[in-house]
Amino acid sequence: MSAAQALEPGFAGGAALAPATGPLLECRGLTMRFGGVVALDNLDLQIRYGEVLGLLGPNGSGKTTFFNVLTGIYRASGGTLWHMGRDLSKLTPQQINRAGITRTFQRSRLCLELSVFDNIAMGDHQRLNNGLVFNLLQRSELERQVQDAFDQARDLARTFSPALAGSMLQPAGSVSMIDRRRVEICRALISRPKLLLLDEPSAGMTHEETRELMEDIMMVRERIPGLTVVIIEHEMNVIERITNRCIVLNYGRRLCEGTYREIAAHPDVQEAYLGQTHEEAA
Amino acid sequence: MTTQYRADLAAAIAAIVLTSIFVIFALHAESEKSLLMLLCVGSVGLVAGARTGLISRAGRGMLHYQRVTNLLALAACAAVVLVFREDHFVLLLLATVMLYSTVYVGLNLQIGCCGVMNFAGAAFFGVGAYTAAILVAHTQLPHLLVLLAGGAVAALLGCVLLLPVLRTRGHYAALVTIAFGILFRSFLEVNDTLGGPQGLKVPGMTILGWNLSEGITAFGMSFSFYVNYLILAFALMLGAFILASRIDRSWLGLSMDAVRIDETAASTFGIHIVRWKITAFIIGNLFAGMAGALFAVMTAFVAPANFTFGDSLIMLSVIVLGGIGSLWGILPAAAIVLLLPEKLQAIQEYRYLLYAVAVILILMFRPQGMFPRRLRAFKLSGESVQ
Repeated sequence: MSAAQALEPGFAGGAALAPATGPLLECRGLTMRFGGVVALDNLDLQIRYGEVLGLLGPNGSGKTTFFNVLTGIYRASGGTLWHMGRDLSKLTPQQINRAGITRTFQRSRLCLELSVFDNIAMGDHQRLNNGLVFNLLQRSELERQVQDAFDQARDLARTFSPALAGSMLQPAGSVSMIDRRRVEICRALISRPKLLLLDEPSAGMTHEETRELMEDIMMVRERIPGLTVVIIEHEMNVIERITNRCIVLNYGRRLCEGTYREIAAHPDVQEAYLGQTHEEAA
Repeated sequence: MTTQYRADLAAAIAAIVLTSIFVIFALHAESEKSLLMLLCVGSVGLVAGARTGLISRAGRGMLHYQRVTNLLALAACAAVVLVFREDHFVLLLLATVMLYSTVYVGLNLQIGCCGVMNFAGAAFFGVGAYTAAILVAHTQLPHLLVLLAGGAVAALLGCVLLLPVLRTRGHYAALVTIAFGILFRSFLEVNDTLGGPQGLKVPGMTILGWNLSEGITAFGMSFSFYVNYLILAFALMLGAFILASRIDRSWLGLSMDAVRIDETAASTFGIHIVRWKITAFIIGNLFAGMAGALFAVMTAFVAPANFTFGDSLIMLSVIVLGGIGSLWGILPAAAIVLLLPEKLQAIQEYRYLLYAVAVILILMFRPQGMFPRRLRAFKLSGESVQ
């Protein structure tokens, strides 16, 4: 598989074949309580097929909590998360991963002492044969699968950065910050997900790196038309350029939704971000 | 073959030959003074080898010419055995190092790969030993199966202990193994059917009519009966090493690493935490139990004092000294921790203190251990790596 083919249409598993109508994922009344703190409060929202949805809101508004509930790390206190006729809120993280939902983390959760390849291959766990007999006794088949996985991971990495493709066998901790973020994105993409959740990809990046990452995400979008992306981001120019639609959260509730221009002009959004009322502002 | 590869191979051969000569001299040394001098020479040689890059060169050579260097290492082991063929004490010592190394390989898999703390290594070793003692004395089970049974009982017991707490996060699993490690000795001491504090005698081993407790004569030389057990112990250790290194260089090792480093990220990518932890725990305890079973028949005697919590802690110190997760650090660390006290009586008395100091020093100044773990070396074709 050449580098150009690595991210061609159809790379995104079943997404390209998915029906174009109805939401990919719909959450109703989703609630997440931590003791007395209500992080998600009766949240209703839809994620549509093939869109890039921006998730915005002030710190503590429940964006990352939403990702954590969606990927099964937290078990929702109430509400439902419908995806392909199943309620994801009852499933384990492993089952949700199998359903084709992957993510990156706000604070990098790479295994820094493992190689770049190890980190990316980890994302493909469901496809790789993890049987005891296969791994311990059928060594030549295993070697073939390793070679295969390596070529795929390297080609995927190369679409982001040739330098990264050259450091596949270096520790992940030895590559630059932006390349680490790319490794995270590769780890999430290698299993050909239907839904990719990006939790503040520009966190800790310089302006130049943020711009590069944005190009990367646009590139992923172009190469995999069927892929649905939800992105949490504070960099407004990132949101403006890459999203089709935005949802603003505040106190775990949906404040408003629309295109970037619509929500940017929305008075409630300005209030939530600036923390002042219109009367005061005026 | 380029000159660089040739130099690597030469360094590897030199390293194996020098190490075996050193081991022979060290095992021969009668007085403490001569042993100390040897140790000084050895450490100077190690430092010089590391500084000049000869050791890493030898490592490369061993990786590149695995077949040749493995055969040579095997020949070196045989040479050591040949030199000490009638020396009961040295042979018993060597076999003990190998059996304990088997346990360390298991512990390394549990702790270094999968992150399952096991503070009861000596207890699982003891479970295997007592299982063998009872089976050999009271049943007709073929003795090779007895070794397997020792491992199986240890693995099963480990499962029963750990499964209920594996769903929890935090240190509960470690606490359970601590409790087991401490209680195991008390249980043995009050249990009269298991011989109480005096322990049990264990009959010798017979495999297909070959009585392992009789000396052998071959090629006009007589060998101590311990050579029999040494060969078995070596085979067991080799098997454990091969299995562990295969696990490391496969998806199994990757999944276990993922579990150890970040459970949350691992489960997000579909990796089942409990499955991998219990797999690592079973395999590790299987090694410990089988080694314990062989230890019991070899020493012909089991007693609670061999399987205390202190022994478990010493096992952990070996793992830390060698390098957590590092398979190749095990043998040198095991040799230091097990052989030195036997040879230097002064150390024997203060060994717990010395190990504690050594572990603290290692953790402070070289937390990755004497022989740090390397990156996983998957077998890949040369061109794809370019």
